Amino acid sequence: MTIELKNLVKTFGSFAALDGVDLKIEDGELLALLGPSGSGKTTLLRIIAGLDWPDSGGVWFDGENALARGAGERHVGFVFQHYALFRHMTVFENVAFGLRVQPRAIRKDEAAIRARVKELLDLVQLDWLANRYPSQLSGGQRQRIALARALAIAPRILLLDEPFGALDAKVRKELRRWLRTLHEEINVTSVFVTHDQEEALEVANRVVVMDKGKIEQIGTPNEVYDRPATAFVHSFIGESIVLPVNVSDGRVWVGDQALNIKPNGATPGPSQLFVRRHDMQVGPAGSGLRGSVRYVRTFGAIQRADIALAAGDGETLIEIDTPRDRELKQGDVVELQPTRFRIFSA
Amino acid sequence: MTDAPMPLRLATTDARTEPWLVRWIITGLAIAFLTVFVVLPLILVFAEAFSRGAAAYVAALLDPEGMAAIKLTLLVAAISVGLNLIFGVITAWAIAKFDFAGKSFLISLIDLPFSVSPVISGLLFVLLFGMQGLFGPWLQAHNVQILFAVPGIALATIFVTFPFVARSLIPLMQEQGTQEEEAAISLGASGLQTFFRVTLPNIKWGLLYGVLLCNARAMGEFGAVSVVSGHIRGETNTMPLLVEILYNEYQFVASFAIASLLAMLALVTLVVKTVLERQLDEGQQLRDD
Amino acid sequence: MSGGPGRRNTLPGFGLTMGLTLTWLSIIVLIPLAGLFIKTFELSWEQFIGIVTSRRTLNALKLSFGLALAAAIVNLIMGMVIVWALVRYRFPGRRIFDAIVDIPFALPTAVAGIALTSLFAQKGWLGAPLAELGIKVAFTPLGIFVAMIFIGIPFVVRTVQPVLIDLDAEIEEAAASLGANRWHTISRVILPSLIPAILTGFALAFARAIGEYGSVIFIAGNLPNVSEIAPLLIVIRLSEFRYADATAIAVVMLVASFLIIFAVNRIQSWAQTRLPVH
Repeated sequence: MTIELKNLVKTFGSFAALDGVDLKIEDGELLALLGPSGSGKTTLLRIIAGLDWPDSGGVWFDGENALARGAGERHVGFVFQHYALFRHMTVFENVAFGLRVQPRAIRKDEAAIRARVKELLDLVQLDWLANRYPSQLSGGQRQRIALARALAIAPRILLLDEPFGALDAKVRKELRRWLRTLHEEINVTSVFVTHDQEEALEVANRVVVMDKGKIEQIGTPNEVYDRPATAFVHSFIGESIVLPVNVSDGRVWVGDQALNIKPNGATPGPSQLFVRRHDMQVGPAGSGLRGSVRYVRTFGAIQRADIALAAGDGETLIEIDTPRDRELKQGDVVELQPTRFRIFSA
Repeated sequence: MTDAPMPLRLATTDARTEPWLVRWIITGLAIAFLTVFVVLPLILVFAEAFSRGAAAYVAALLDPEGMAAIKLTLLVAAISVGLNLIFGVITAWAIAKFDFAGKSFLISLIDLPFSVSPVISGLLFVLLFGMQGLFGPWLQAHNVQILFAVPGIALATIFVTFPFVARSLIPLMQEQGTQEEEAAISLGASGLQTFFRVTLPNIKWGLLYGVLLCNARAMGEFGAVSVVSGHIRGETNTMPLLVEILYNEYQFVASFAIASLLAMLALVTLVVKTVLERQLDEGQQLRDD
Repeated sequence: MSGGPGRRNTLPGFGLTMGLTLTWLSIIVLIPLAGLFIKTFELSWEQFIGIVTSRRTLNALKLSFGLALAAAIVNLIMGMVIVWALVRYRFPGRRIFDAIVDIPFALPTAVAGIALTSLFAQKGWLGAPLAELGIKVAFTPLGIFVAMIFIGIPFVVRTVQPVLIDLDAEIEEAAASLGANRWHTISRVILPSLIPAILTGFALAFARAIGEYGSVIFIAGNLPNVSEIAPLLIVIRLSEFRYADATAIAVVMLVASFLIIFAVNRIQSWAQTRLPVH
C-alpha cells in the first residue's frame, strides 16, 4: 500500500511537533524516520496509525482519506516502543486479541484463530512461549510478540516506534537483521522510527531525516550518508568535523588560511565546512590548513589524531582518522587536505 | 502493610539505630498507646456483646428491630456502593485516560466529601429536602418522601463514600498509561471491548480495594445518616443508629451485639485490604520491570 | 507524545464519561454544597454573627477546635513514636500492631463511641482504676479528648510511615560518617525530611477531630457550654428546627476544614519542590 502525507501540521501548545510534512511512502518499502527526540517522528507515526490527529493536512492510504477513519478501522499494525503487551494475557492471547475482537460476522472460528496465532508465533520463532505471560519474557522476546500481535490483523502497513530502543546492544543487533529478513519475507509496507542513525542506515531501504517537525532529507542510506542535503543531516548522520569558513574569490578560507579545495559553487559568505573524519587527510605542504598534532592513538590500520588548528581566534581541536603509512607524532606540524567535503552557508 | 524492605545488616549497625534503652522505651510506648486506645476498645466490644452468653447475643441479633437494621444497612450499602462503583469507574476513565484543562481542580472537587464533617454531610440534604429546605415544599406537594426514608439515607451515604472508588482507581490508571488501550483500539477493538478486556483486568485489584473501603464506610456511617434518618424504629434505623438507640436505652448486650457485627466487618475489611495491597504492590513491581 | 489542545482523542468515550462525571458530581456533591451556601445567604450579616457569637455556639466551637488541636498534637507525638517503632525496630507482634493502626479508620464511629465510653466509664476497665486516682474521663471534656485521639491515630502514622521507609539509608550513614551523633542525625537529617508528611498528618488528624461526631457524642456528656461539641450543636439545632443556626455553625466549620485542606495541599506542593535529589 502507498501512503501519502500532505502538508501535515501538528502543534502541542506552542510546540510545533510537525511543521508542514509531505511524504510519499511506496508500496512494500521499509522506511526509517530518523531524527533526534522532539523532531516529530513519533508524532508522524502516530498520526499515520490514527493514534494522534493532525491540526491540518491530509493522510491518504492508496488514495483514500485515512483521516476519515479511526485507529481501529485503518488496518494498521502498530508496535509500541514499550510493546504495550496486555500483561494479564498469555502470549497466545495477546497475539489472538486482534482476531477475537473482530465483529461476529467476520470473526474466524476458534480453530482458525488458533492456527493463525500458531503461524504467527512460528514466524517470530517463539511458539514455545505461547503460554507465558509478558512479564516472563525478555525484552527481545516481548518485541517479537508485539510484532506478531500487530501482524495478526493482516495489517496493510506496519508501524514500529523505536523498535530497538529498549533493548541492550547485542539483542539490538540481532533483531535488526531479523527485522530486515522478516520484511523481505512478509513484504508489508513498513515504517519505523529511530533516533539511532546506524539502525536507520542498516535496516531501511529509504531514510527520512527529520528535525524540528520538518523533513530535512529523503533518500537511500547511501544518499543521506554521502550526500547530506543540509548541515543538520551532515552533523546528525555520521561523525563530522565542522569548521567555520568563509567563501570568497572562489576560495575557501579558514581564518586567514586558504584551503586547497574548490568551493564547488557554494554561495560566497560565511559558511560551514563539513568533512568526515576519514575524509580529512594529511596533505602535502601547501595544502593550506595548518595544525599541530596534540595526541595520537592507533586502532589497527588507522591512527586517530587530535589536531589543534591555529585558525581564526584561538584554537580549534579536531579529530581525524588517517592510515598508518604516515606515522604522526605528538608535536608534528601538519597541513590538512579534505578529500571529500560539503559546504553549507551559515 | 507489607514488611519494610530493610536490610538487616543496616538495621543493626550503629549508624542507623539507637541505644537499646531508647529502643525499649519507644517500642513500649507505641505498644502501650495502641493497646489502650485501640486494642482494649475492640476487645471490649466482643466482651460486652457476649457478657450474658451466646444465647443473649444471638437473641439480640434476631430481634426484629435488629434484623430490620441489618437489612436496611445492606440495602443502603448495596445502593451506594453500586452507584459509586459505576460512576467511580466512569470518573476514573475520564480523568486518567485523557488530558484536559482543570483536571486537578476536578480531582479536588471529587475529594470534597472527605473534608466535610459527617453531620454537615447530613445537614446538606436536610437543607435541600427538609420542610424548610429548597425543594422541601415541592416534594411535600407531590408527596415524595426523601428525608427520613431510604432515599435520604442512601443519598447521605453516597455523599460520604463518594470519593473512594474514583480515588483508588485514578492513580493506578494514570500510572498504567494508555498504551495498552491504544494497542487494543489499533487492533480493531471497540471502546467497550477495550475497557472490559484490557482496562478492567488491569485495574481489578484497585477497583476491589475502592469498593471494599467504600462498603466499610457505607455500612458504618453514623453522623450523616443520623441527621437524615429520623430514627423511625424498625424502618429507618441502620445498624450504627440502632447501636446508639439501644445503648442509650441501657440495652448494652443488644447494643454491643450489633456493634460486634460492625466490628467484624471492620476487621474483615482490614484483612482483605492487606491482601489487596499486596496484590497491588506485586502489580506495581511487574510494571516496574 | 500525547495530549495538548486540538487533539482528537484516540480512546473513545471522553465526552460521555466526562458528561456523566460532571452530572453525578453535581447531583451528589456540588448542588448540596451550593444549597448550604444559598441557605447561609438568606441570613443577614448581623444574624449570622449573632448566631456564631452566641455563648453556646462559641463555647461549642472553642471546645471542638481546642480539643481537636490538643488531640492532634498528641497524635503527632505518639504517631511519630509508633511510626519509629514500626519502621525501625523488630518486636513480636509488629505486623499485627501495624495493621491495628488502621482500626480507627475502619471501625464505625458509633461502635468506637460506645466502646470508649464503656472502657472509660466509672465502672469500666480503665475508668475504675482512673476513678480511684480521682480522674474522671467519661462524660467530661477529657472524654472528648480521648475519643479525638482515638480517631486521629492513623493519620500521622500512615502519612509519615511510607516516607520514613523510603528514606535513603545512605544519608544517615553519611551523617554518621561525618561524625554526627545519633541525636544530631535524627534531628538534623531525618526529621527535616519527614516534616511535610508530619504536618500533613497533623492537619488531617486536626480536621477529622473537629468534624468528628459518632465516636465523641457517647463519651462527651453533652452538657451545653461544657462538653457540647459543635457537630452535636448542629444536630440539636436541627431537631429544634432552627435551620438557620445549624447552617451558620456548619458554614464556619466547613470553611475551617476547607482552609485546613488548602493548607495540606500547600504543604504537599511545597514538599514536591524539596524532594531529595536522586
